[in-house]
Amino acid sequence: MDGYYAFMLVATALVLMMTVPALALFYGGMTRSKSVLNMMMMSYAAFAVAAIVFVLWGWSMGWGGDGAGNGNGKLIANPFDMFGLDGVSHINYIYVVFQLTFAAITVALISGAIADRVKLVSWIVFVPVWLTACYFPIAHNVWGGGWLAGQLAKGSTFAQDYAGGTVVHINAGVAGLVLALVIGKRVGFMKEPMKPHNLTLTMIGAGLLWFGWYGFNVGSIVFTPDSLADPAAFSEQFQGETGVTFLNTTIATCAAMLAWLIIERILHGKATSLGAASGIVAGLVAITPACGAVSLVGAIVVGAVAGGACAAAVGLKFKVGMDDSLDVVGVHLVGGLVGTLLIGLVSTSSAPGGIDGLFYGGGFSSLGDQALAALFTIVWTGVLTTVIAFAIKYTIGWRVSAEAEVEGIDSDQHGESAYDLHSGLGGGSSSPSSVLAKSTVTEGANA
Amino acid sequence: MKLVTAVIKPHKWEDVREALETFGVTGMTVSEVSGYGRQKGHTEVYRGAEYDIALVPKIRIEIVVDDEDAEDVVGIVVKTAQTGRIGDGKVWVSPVDTVVRVRTGDRDSAAI
Repeated sequence: MDGYYAFMLVATALVLMMTVPALALFYGGMTRSKSVLNMMMMSYAAFAVAAIVFVLWGWSMGWGGDGAGNGNGKLIANPFDMFGLDGVSHINYIYVVFQLTFAAITVALISGAIADRVKLVSWIVFVPVWLTACYFPIAHNVWGGGWLAGQLAKGSTFAQDYAGGTVVHINAGVAGLVLALVIGKRVGFMKEPMKPHNLTLTMIGAGLLWFGWYGFNVGSIVFTPDSLADPAAFSEQFQGETGVTFLNTTIATCAAMLAWLIIERILHGKATSLGAASGIVAGLVAITPACGAVSLVGAIVVGAVAGGACAAAVGLKFKVGMDDSLDVVGVHLVGGLVGTLLIGLVSTSSAPGGIDGLFYGGGFSSLGDQALAALFTIVWTGVLTTVIAFAIKYTIGWRVSAEAEVEGIDSDQHGESAYDLHSGLGGGSSSPSSVLAKSTVTEGANA
Repeated sequence: MKLVTAVIKPHKWEDVREALETFGVTGMTVSEVSGYGRQKGHTEVYRGAEYDIALVPKIRIEIVVDDEDAEDVVGIVVKTAQTGRIGDGKVWVSPVDTVVRVRTGDRDSAAI
């Protein structure tokens, strides 16, 4: 048990790193140079707000119910049962912090859909409201012994979501879709170039996300009652299961990166670094629910399908004219759905999850359960995020002024600029984006 | 006197500078510039979105020379900067009325 406890301390710190700074770097590099600080601040601020909300009523709403964290079989749990972690024993605090970091990154993921144009104050209002209305209830239903878990457990199988395909990725993806539609396009979307300003940041961010994801997936192990009763069984499950989840996470990610690069090479002629970074994240997203449910071959399938599907999906926003700026829908909703639904096909009873999917002779029951869990998340979060999005739109408003957006949200919202391009001559490149960046810096300095 | 202005591919800049120095050109003004000619930039693709990058980075060299040296300098630049592919750049010559060396007040040929 002590070894497991030490491992959870490390896993929790790893998941914290995924938001601060990994996601901030991943997203920050993809924005224009005039909005990178705001993009990174959305992740940092989301973490701070989510952490406070989580210990006040998030844990109670997610994992509460009967006051002892055993679930209640209902759609929502009472936020006041364990308000401020009332009644939660100190030895369980690490599990609270572990789940806290999941809530934080989920809401931070949404920020990519609304890059460059949202007031910081509106974002800081959105974060706790969305967590309360969408994240904590979905987590309660999937992981915390809520209504959905009860419904699914009545069948022969039950929905598998090892580390958050529904709770984290479909959830964030749906919210990103709704916000992108309600908040609207950036000024100049599809008319002006809005290419990533620093792909080295994005590559570092993707690499750190991958590293942190071992805490996310491998740390999500849940012990069976048998294991908890017997130290030898505990050790066997701990060592056997973490090896599988660690390896599956690795292999699926590699398959997804390669799949993305191949699709890109075929469609556009070149394999890009942004494609590699995106493929990594797509693979990690898809294997998140599936890392305990599939074999090695299954992991390759999940990763390759996710990489290919997401690479194809990110172009759709231009066809429908929706400014999901950094592809939260194309990567997290699509990747989350791929992983969640493929469990119904390629999960195997030889994996820790112990359920056979369609291809392993388990029939359609697993696929049905997976689809139900995905649908539940899409409907719940789709409806409630729409309500929240319009409520903010017609009260405090979402957007900075068009003028501030064009001049740069970093200067408008934070009074800062990310890069000092006026120190000395000869350091600047001559690409059009850096010419724009220079004018932004000038305006920032005069403001 | 003449002002020779050359806009060339950045990777040819070191070769051109060496050739001009060998010829005896003692000074020049160099800047990083961007622009386009017949080749009209290039295309970059990010997550499937194609961006036409109209402006291509170039090096602009400005040299003031005596009238009789102008043709030689143009010849050296053209010979050294040429790759034969599209986007090699341009060289042009324009007349210069007066040159003054700021340190000494020397004028015209003495100031070059």
